[in-house]
Amino acid sequence: MCDECGCATREHSHSHDHDHDHGHSHDRDAGSGEANAGEKRLVLERKILVRNDEQAERNRQWLRERGIVAINMISSPGSGKTLLLEKTLDRLKDQVQCAVIAGDQRTDNDARRLEGRGSPVIQIETGNACHLDADTVGRRLPDAAGDGIKLLFIENVGNLVCPAAFDLGESFKVALLSTTEGEDKPVKYPSLFSQVPVAVVTKTDLVPHLDWDMDLCRSCLRQVNPGMFVFELSARTGEGLDAWIDYLLKLG
Amino acid sequence: MHELSIAMALVARIEEARKEAGADRVARATVRLGAWSGVQAEALAMAFPFAAENTGTAGARLDIVSVPVKLHCRACRGDTEPDTILAVCGSCGSDDVEMVAGRDLILETVTLE
Repeated sequence: MCDECGCATREHSHSHDHDHDHGHSHDRDAGSGEANAGEKRLVLERKILVRNDEQAERNRQWLRERGIVAINMISSPGSGKTLLLEKTLDRLKDQVQCAVIAGDQRTDNDARRLEGRGSPVIQIETGNACHLDADTVGRRLPDAAGDGIKLLFIENVGNLVCPAAFDLGESFKVALLSTTEGEDKPVKYPSLFSQVPVAVVTKTDLVPHLDWDMDLCRSCLRQVNPGMFVFELSARTGEGLDAWIDYLLKLG
Repeated sequence: MHELSIAMALVARIEEARKEAGADRVARATVRLGAWSGVQAEALAMAFPFAAENTGTAGARLDIVSVPVKLHCRACRGDTEPDTILAVCGSCGSDDVEMVAGRDLILETVTLE
């Protein structure tokens, strides 16, 4: 069993550093060609986001030393991350100590919704940025995750594309997809859905009012990521929430 | 639209290489971009000149090499490039696959003047 996310089905990687050789040929790089006279061409093969990745590793190490499991929650705006967190914190209170880092471009509305549920909540306002990065999160980790914290939820900025590119040092990522968004979101946004071990389909209480095909959604998820765990729930009614809570209790 | 952040990180990497080599100006840079990197080539190309302003990389040409997703199959041990958005082995059809290329976000080369 994978000791990061508890996934039992198959081997998969939580590190996004693919250190192996990609065997990619440079013969087709007609544009870069040979250097002209007086020019010098350097072959670098450097990761563009190396500084973010290095800070993410420091965050991961910091969390690991304290035995904290950190979950980076990514979804479109309005898919129900904050409501799911509200219910999750209520249910986990007195069982496992949780903390939240909530990222939004503006306002501390999410933090205010999440406060008073027994868990420390830190709001990060990213300004114009469309994602959290490892540096921003790393600076707030000591405030967010004090003594005794076992589970840290990082609620990323609502966006299916940009947050997927930035490792925060989390233990693993979870993607949320609400039933109002369309079953084919996973195949439209494979850069996110292919790299998360866990997906949560939210707002299942609305299914009777929608032309939602759950089998099609499951199929779209498995197309891009055959081994992923899928939870189907409604935070509003509590339907399906037990499985999610049981899963988190096993992690914490 | 995180391509400006990516472009700024890219210029930082290029500038590191330029300064290490003691050069004044960068003529060209080549970037390898995976199909599932989450970065759009056109948006990165548009953001690059703004990120390079007032640096030794200003005015440099950016070449973006797009690479497809490549899957390694744990069942038959073959590597295939899926035609569609489907994480199954193109040889044997197994879904026990690992993505070994396609998320690339790599500065391949820098040409200095």
